[in-house]
Amino acid sequence: MTTFFIVAILVLAFILVFQISKASEYVSVLKGEDKTFKQNNRINAFLFIAFLVLGLAGAWWCNEVFYDRTLLAQPAASDHGEKIDTMLWLTLAVTGLVFFITQIALFWFAFKYQYTEKRKAFYFAHSNKLELIWTVVPAIFLTVLVGMGLFYWFNITSDAPKDAQIVEITGKQFNWMMRYPGKDGVLGRKNYRLTDASNGNALGVDWEDEASHDDLESTEMHLVVGKPVQLVINAQDVIHDVGLVHFRLKMDAVPGIPTTMWFTPKYTTEQMKQLTGNKNFVYEISCDQMCGSGHYSMKGLIIVETQEEYDKWLAQQKPQYMTVSAAKKEAAPASADTLQTKLNVEASKPLAKN
Amino acid sequence: MSITTVSTGHESEVSTSAHGHHEGHHEHHHEESFISKYVFSQDHKMIAKQFLITGMIWAVIGGLFSVLFRLQLGYPEMSFPILEDLFGKWAAGGRISNEFYYALVTMHGTILVFFVLTAGLSGTFANFLIPLQIGARDMASPMLNMLSYWFFFLASIIMFASMFIQTGPASGGWTIYPPLSALGQASEGSKLGMDYWLVSMAMFIVSSLLGGLNYISTILNMRTKGMTMTRLPLTIWALFFTAVLGVLSFPVLLSGAILLLFDRNLGTSFYLSEIVVKGEILPNEGGSAILFQHLFWFLGHPEVYIILLPALGMVSEILSVNSRKPIFGYLAMVGSLFAIAILAFLVWAHHMFVTGLNPFLGAFFVLLTLLIAVPSAIKVFNWLTTLWRGNLRFTPAMLFAIGFVSLFISGGLTGIFLGNSTLDIHLHDTYFVVAHFHIVMGVASMFGMFAGVYHWYPKMYGRYMNNTLAYIHFWVSLVGAYLIFWPMHYQGLAGMPRRYTDFSNWESFKNFGEMNRFISTVAMIVFVVQLLFIFNFFYSIWKGRKVTSQNPWGANTLEWTAPIRPGHGNWPGEIPEVHRWAYDYGKDGRDFIAQTEPISDSESKH
Repeated sequence: MTTFFIVAILVLAFILVFQISKASEYVSVLKGEDKTFKQNNRINAFLFIAFLVLGLAGAWWCNEVFYDRTLLAQPAASDHGEKIDTMLWLTLAVTGLVFFITQIALFWFAFKYQYTEKRKAFYFAHSNKLELIWTVVPAIFLTVLVGMGLFYWFNITSDAPKDAQIVEITGKQFNWMMRYPGKDGVLGRKNYRLTDASNGNALGVDWEDEASHDDLESTEMHLVVGKPVQLVINAQDVIHDVGLVHFRLKMDAVPGIPTTMWFTPKYTTEQMKQLTGNKNFVYEISCDQMCGSGHYSMKGLIIVETQEEYDKWLAQQKPQYMTVSAAKKEAAPASADTLQTKLNVEASKPLAKN
Repeated sequence: MSITTVSTGHESEVSTSAHGHHEGHHEHHHEESFISKYVFSQDHKMIAKQFLITGMIWAVIGGLFSVLFRLQLGYPEMSFPILEDLFGKWAAGGRISNEFYYALVTMHGTILVFFVLTAGLSGTFANFLIPLQIGARDMASPMLNMLSYWFFFLASIIMFASMFIQTGPASGGWTIYPPLSALGQASEGSKLGMDYWLVSMAMFIVSSLLGGLNYISTILNMRTKGMTMTRLPLTIWALFFTAVLGVLSFPVLLSGAILLLFDRNLGTSFYLSEIVVKGEILPNEGGSAILFQHLFWFLGHPEVYIILLPALGMVSEILSVNSRKPIFGYLAMVGSLFAIAILAFLVWAHHMFVTGLNPFLGAFFVLLTLLIAVPSAIKVFNWLTTLWRGNLRFTPAMLFAIGFVSLFISGGLTGIFLGNSTLDIHLHDTYFVVAHFHIVMGVASMFGMFAGVYHWYPKMYGRYMNNTLAYIHFWVSLVGAYLIFWPMHYQGLAGMPRRYTDFSNWESFKNFGEMNRFISTVAMIVFVVQLLFIFNFFYSIWKGRKVTSQNPWGANTLEWTAPIRPGHGNWPGEIPEVHRWAYDYGKDGRDFIAQTEPISDSESKH
């Protein structure tokens, strides 16, 4: 019923506006088109200047209300993020200046040079000098922005430091899976054809590679504050994207093409709770590339902690290989060797056609 | 035969010589039937109107979709039973389902980008203005021109039909990145709907190529006597570059789409490699999902200029006419259009900075992308100088042209953020991007289109649209555009990702509920006001104030030397000859000097 009323009111308002507009056209014919034109011109000229003033006030107000909710109000949580913030402020300063100059000029000219019978338009077809100025000046500003931007870009995309902690993150519809290389610091080989989530191998790890035997799997990512981390990023089904808003970083996860990204977290989760004044603060991993109907819910968690806390967490983890072999043993008591052969047999089975 | 009999009653402006004996015969070659005049017309003016009206229908559908998904974003906790009545399982319980949300978003993008702002904008104005402004009787090939519309129509029908199939239309975003769009298992929208989408786009590309080749050959070969390239109005230059962009880039999208069809239906692996989807291990190996993105954006980026350039051209023309001043720096305007058209082909990978692209390669794309800001800056400053010391008449077209400049500045500047790879790492796929491209490509081009419609409506229909409605339309649209998209920059700077149906479960993004509600409310109001425009448009075709003067705006260009309601062939006698450029406004104390007037000895040089 309410819907009906809303629709009825809308239709009536629509008709009303239309009738008034129609009537105004008749009035203008009666008054003389020239007079109406001048009147309309004055009204619109006034509205332009009003729009400028109210618009600038509105932009200021919008900033007052929403600035604190953006990331600009809190420090970047990674070293790379700080560079990105610096670049952001620089770009904001340059574009902000241009924005205000050009918008004010536009609406001021619209008001100032509105039609009057007294003025003749100034015949001014070109000026090489002016055109040269506004080719060269923007070019100089842009050179600075490009130069700074590329300096940071190469810095951020450079090779990760040798001592960086390696963590593998794999996206699938609609969650994230992490893998740590374990004590040997090497991630075990993978083969997507070995993927078998129901038997504890959701990532398709090749157990034949001994480097995989101490790999840890986890649903959360634990990082040590102040220690560089290199993410090795994979996707199983469609393209996802590891979005780390607080670190200001992002990298696509592409099936078949691993990507990487590295950074150094600057604050622990606890410190961020203090800095943001939000006691529920968590580092969230958001999927930033459309990946299907659950895209909006594809969330992962990162816990940044001190070395001691991290070591404590690590000590509680059990390599996935152990879990899998234990499960296999329970199901059908067999030695580790036969488990190995069994897994291999499964891997070499012909694949089901899709 | 029978069709010809139906027709004759409608004709009012056809030569009357045939009249006495028209029943059932068709020996009168000037007599056009209803079908040949309104349906399978080869008159560029009628084809333009067909593109425009089809584009308007699509705009209403695409706009309505945005209202629906804004309803979800603005009021995530509310339910609207009427939605279930209308959409059934897609809105069970009166709430928009996830699949429905993504289908709406995808269709909104596809419709607005391709069907409204490509076909509706350049299809309309290239067809309408090219022959009239260069002094030609019609396009180089009226037949191909007609086919161009009908392929567009076919594409429209297929896309429209895709919305009614059981698994719904494509829903992987308008960019349809595989593997999501290649695997039916990954998403409902990647089932049959995706095939419809691809076939529809293939038809659309055929339409676009037929049109584009026609526009280029017409502009190069069929200019009237005296109309040198440097005397062309800027609208024609802009439409020319638009057509070149389309002809060179659309075939690449076609190849990308065909490979995707192969991957979907013939078991090839162009884009697929090492995939496990919903537990199923696929045999495809060796393809590259990134290859598609290169093919897509090689069209996709020129595409945004295909959308924008016609608006740039029309706005230049309209600003000059209504400032009663020549456009400032004509050659610089042509040069900057040319520069933008060239650069448009060299920047596509700036959409792919975070795909794992080689950073060294990325650096070139940063440089070339930010380079576009230079010709864009030239254009803005030249427009401002055109207004400076003019004598401005605020016709509805002029209002939209000024609004366009404001939006072009606002949206263009945020491009400097996104084109810089360092900032793109942070801002990519957030609401900052949504705000950027909606302002600079969506709303700005829409404003260019509105400016064009209001300005050339008297030429199209021999009547005016209602001014008061036009003023309401303009002011609500301008204020609304800023109210909707300005706050979105803040969401972007908070890192809020695009294409999320619901943010309530995110600690990082849940602070913008009231802003989303506000934006959604404004979006609905703006949408309703666009209906006012549509109403004004159709009402005025029949009931608008009649145009009584051949040149109502006091403009210099050739279309205003044609009769108020020109027939097929445009000029009843000889095609006029051109003696000067299109922008002699206010020269030597004269209000305007038409292009057809010979240069007199006493005239000053410019």
